[in-house]
Amino acid sequence: MEYVSPEGLRLDGRRPMEMRQIRAEVGAVSKADGSAVFEMGNTKVIAAVYGPREVQNRSQQLNDQALVRCEYTMSNFSTGDRMRRPKGDRRSTEISLVIRQTMEACILTHLMPRSQIDIFVQVLQADGGTRSACINAATLALADAGIPMSDLVTSCSAGYLNSTPLLDLNYVEDSAGGPDVTVGILPKLDKVTLLQMDAKLPIDTFENVMQLATEGCKAIANYIREVLQENTKQLESRRGT
Amino acid sequence: MLQSKSFVRKTKQGKVVKVVREHYLRDDIYCGASICQVCDSTGARLSPDASTILILDTNVVLNQIDLLENPAINEVVILSVVLEEVKNKNLSVYNRLRGLCGNALRKFFVFSNEYHKDTYIKAMVGESPNDRNDRAIRVAAQWYQKHLGSATRVLLITNDRENKRKATEEGIIAETVESYVKSLGQPDLLDLLVQPAAGDVSMEDAEDMRPSKKKVIYSEHKPMSEITSGLHRGIYHQGKLRVNRYNPFEAYVGSESIGDEIIIYGRSNMNRVFDGDIVAVELLPRDQWHEEKSLSIVDDDEDEDDNVHLAPSSADDAPRTTNIVQASSADSTSAPSRPTGRVVGIIKRNWHSYCGSLEPMPMPAGNGGIAHALFVSKDRRVPKIRIQTRQLGNLLDKRIIVAVDSWDCLSRYPSGHYVRTIGQIGDRDTESEVVLIENDIDSRPFSSQVLGCLPPIPWSVSTDDLANPNRQDLRHIRVFSVDPPGCRDIDDALHCTLLPSGNFEVGVHIADVTNFVHPGTPLDDEATQRGTSVYLVERRIDMLPKPLTEDICSLRADVERLAFSVIWEMTPEAEIISTRYTKSVIKSCAALSYVEAQARMDDSRFNDPLTTDLRNMNTLAKIMRQRRIEKGALTLASAEVKFQIDTETHDPLDIGMYQIREANQMVEEFMLAANISVAEKILKQFPVCSLLRRHPSPTREMLEPLLRTAAAVGLSLDVSSSKALADSLDHAVGDDPYFNKLIRILATRCMTQAVYFCSGDLSPPEYHHYGLAAPLYTHFTSPIRRYADVVVHRLLAAALGLCKLPTIFQDRPQLTNIADNLNYRHRNAQMASRASVELHTLIYFRNRPVDTEARIVKIRSNGFIVFVPKFGIEGPVYLTARSEKGSGEWTVDEQQQKVKKADGSVSYSVLQTVHVHLEVVEPQPNRPKLQLTLI
Repeated sequence: MEYVSPEGLRLDGRRPMEMRQIRAEVGAVSKADGSAVFEMGNTKVIAAVYGPREVQNRSQQLNDQALVRCEYTMSNFSTGDRMRRPKGDRRSTEISLVIRQTMEACILTHLMPRSQIDIFVQVLQADGGTRSACINAATLALADAGIPMSDLVTSCSAGYLNSTPLLDLNYVEDSAGGPDVTVGILPKLDKVTLLQMDAKLPIDTFENVMQLATEGCKAIANYIREVLQENTKQLESRRGT
Repeated sequence: MLQSKSFVRKTKQGKVVKVVREHYLRDDIYCGASICQVCDSTGARLSPDASTILILDTNVVLNQIDLLENPAINEVVILSVVLEEVKNKNLSVYNRLRGLCGNALRKFFVFSNEYHKDTYIKAMVGESPNDRNDRAIRVAAQWYQKHLGSATRVLLITNDRENKRKATEEGIIAETVESYVKSLGQPDLLDLLVQPAAGDVSMEDAEDMRPSKKKVIYSEHKPMSEITSGLHRGIYHQGKLRVNRYNPFEAYVGSESIGDEIIIYGRSNMNRVFDGDIVAVELLPRDQWHEEKSLSIVDDDEDEDDNVHLAPSSADDAPRTTNIVQASSADSTSAPSRPTGRVVGIIKRNWHSYCGSLEPMPMPAGNGGIAHALFVSKDRRVPKIRIQTRQLGNLLDKRIIVAVDSWDCLSRYPSGHYVRTIGQIGDRDTESEVVLIENDIDSRPFSSQVLGCLPPIPWSVSTDDLANPNRQDLRHIRVFSVDPPGCRDIDDALHCTLLPSGNFEVGVHIADVTNFVHPGTPLDDEATQRGTSVYLVERRIDMLPKPLTEDICSLRADVERLAFSVIWEMTPEAEIISTRYTKSVIKSCAALSYVEAQARMDDSRFNDPLTTDLRNMNTLAKIMRQRRIEKGALTLASAEVKFQIDTETHDPLDIGMYQIREANQMVEEFMLAANISVAEKILKQFPVCSLLRRHPSPTREMLEPLLRTAAAVGLSLDVSSSKALADSLDHAVGDDPYFNKLIRILATRCMTQAVYFCSGDLSPPEYHHYGLAAPLYTHFTSPIRRYADVVVHRLLAAALGLCKLPTIFQDRPQLTNIADNLNYRHRNAQMASRASVELHTLIYFRNRPVDTEARIVKIRSNGFIVFVPKFGIEGPVYLTARSEKGSGEWTVDEQQQKVKKADGSVSYSVLQTVHVHLEVVEPQPNRPKLQLTLI
């Protein structure tokens, strides 16, 4: 199958180095302490953050740092065929864990001992790259909740099809069976917090693909920062200062 | 700008789902005209002085691809919507179109109209996809006209009446292909045009008015929906159809649902199929299962006949008639009859262009007008094809290429169109060209990109190579090569030194081709495609460009060359103590021919070190050979012939069997050993991605003809294992010296050919090489002429840690593809060599009728097939004249493999020696063939 035409266009009309359209909105769930909706093309996720709050299950309480919990779910209507998914299946458990670990790396947990932070992310519409979108949404929601973080975490994926590195795979490209490298970075600190790939790739191509994904992360970070600044300005004007 | 595409689709499980996809529209898609002021012209393909730009409709591309490939058609814009439609309808046309678009010499530009913000359109309510696409083409044409202004004429070419009308209404200049081609004023282009099918604008009423042709000859193909449901319910069976090479009225469909081959007899049951089509077959009732069996040499209403041809060298080349003999030999109780069927529909056509000539016919009265002619393909599996031509007088004595367009059930023959002329019939160059085309061999000169990958000439070993720590300097060792006389592409050399311990150090040095052919370069891509060098009688078609083949890689005498070496330490009893692999620099001291090497070994006056090495090696080789035979390796024989070619005219001067000497066997033995050692090494390092070669054990049925023949002469062969077979072949000595060789030749014919495969695709027991009785085998020793060896060189280098494993090896499907392509190319190369030998045999016998001795190899009701050992050819001898067949004068005894005259006065049995007369006859003008008659 031809995923990149000789004219250099992908199936949906993007060029290999182009991302899908991204859109973010802060404060989608008023009940939560922080929330956000993040869209990458047709992938749409919502994230809600509760906390820091009292630990619900005392036995899990940590005395030197905050407990971070994360729950990833895919809504039944997120894919074309409406499927009832059992909660806690293998895939969502894994992604929950991935998101929790990624977020934990940037939250300053030692500032909030004996408390708990809950991150809920739900996929409203899935079209490839849900993992990255969830991390981006969670970052925004954490920022919205005012939880102290060392840096924003942003994530983006990249793949390698038809001997071309491709940025931000959509569902069709993702299901092509090629490698899918998901990278999460701390853009200011220039550190990698997440790197996942479940395929084989020669090391030099891997470097290119990862480089591309990192560029994508940086672009997302710029956008997220803009959105947060815009949000802060609005809050400022509402306060009337 | 973002658009979203939404459509419904049925999944494999039959569920209907809605699919929503994003569709980005762009403003950075350029028009491709180099005069354009607005667009970026770096990727422009259309020339600045183009006054007319063609935009093609999908149906034009699909039907007239042969026309488009003609260089007269230029300045074409291919819209992406057209590309997409073509891709969905016919992948081979798509690939050809892509080839055109990628060809730098042709001015074809691909315009991605579907992604351009001004030319993308959404389907209107109630508009069919077809109409939408037609509209998209018109919108794009309009955009082009507006974009380029009035200086350039944008011409939409469509054969769809409705589309043309709408285009004219919208102010686009539109024409049909016919009128456009006519306006070009090149009459020969008109022959390339495909006759329009019903429903399109027809060029002229080309209806065939002969009443006899009006009756329905074939049954209608079932509609696709019915076939699908039939396949589901198990009443139809799907499979790829193979036409019997020796009898075009018999075909086989390998069906997975039945697990057996379904035989299809006769033209009407075959129902307009071509070789290679994917078809749906319906089984006939059991009582009709072997109605059309025939023991006679194929003979039918069309006066096709079995030509004299080269003796087949393996089961793949041999005629497939065993089943028929079997079915008739015993009563149907014992012999399991095979399922017979008829074709009900064609799932996928395998039409391509065919090579052949026109059937001789008188010139029609009005010369210069359109004439209908019948085209006869060289490939007997292809039926005659009806074509229309305006240049009949020109084409009658030419070899031409014809493409098939359609086959109506009213017409006896498919209709097609002329593509191009190759040359005069009977001319040696033309016929050689035909051989190449028929076997899909690319004989074009290498492109400049490929030649650009070569190191500069004159090349010599550089100091960098010598300083490379991975490359061992073996220049001080006495290395020599032994090859056929006149060999220019020497890819192997040997050495053999006596060690102080009394052991021998034996080295096989193979040209280090991978040092020059790097993965991913155009040179490598070209070599992958070609797969192997092809050896014809009078020329060689190289896999790699000549400077590499004959100079840089060739291990010639007295020059320093790079090599990849396998070095063993062997005891005098030829036991391998250790094996070492290394890249090296060698300097061969002598390039011997087999004859020279043999003469040196035989002549006791020679006592120089080189001859001593040769003798030592020969001693070792003999032990190794003996050991291999004890393990069960088969010594098979094939009837290889050798021509002596006139150096000036390239006509064959003499013909004879190829003689095998001890020196040949010596070199062969060490090459086998090197291949086996390398196979072990690469498999150990890369268990799932090694390229190996296997030879499947022949099944009992495959050996059946051999056993029957042997039984008839009172010989019992044990075929339970290769060892048993080898032993019984050794004991098969008849009263004359040639008997054993003949039996071996017959045995060889029953075997299939060895094939390349990727080790990850099969389980280790299947790696076995039956003929060599080796558990592992690969090809390492001829990288100059076989691509498989290049792959193995890379694997071995990676296994030694000398370089990284190219990425392609991580992709198993791609590796399997390479192996399949190599098998295909390898087989084609062999077929081409055989065809070339056949051609030269014909040329040789043209003026030299001879009487010679022949052996009967097969018995038929009206004659027998003889094998002429001296010339390695095989052909039918008729006992009864063709006209009076079935007179019952001769009877066949299947058990005894004898054909007897009714009164018992004369009988011929299998393997008997007969004397035949060989001569070239021309039953039809321009169709010479070799004829054998009994004397």
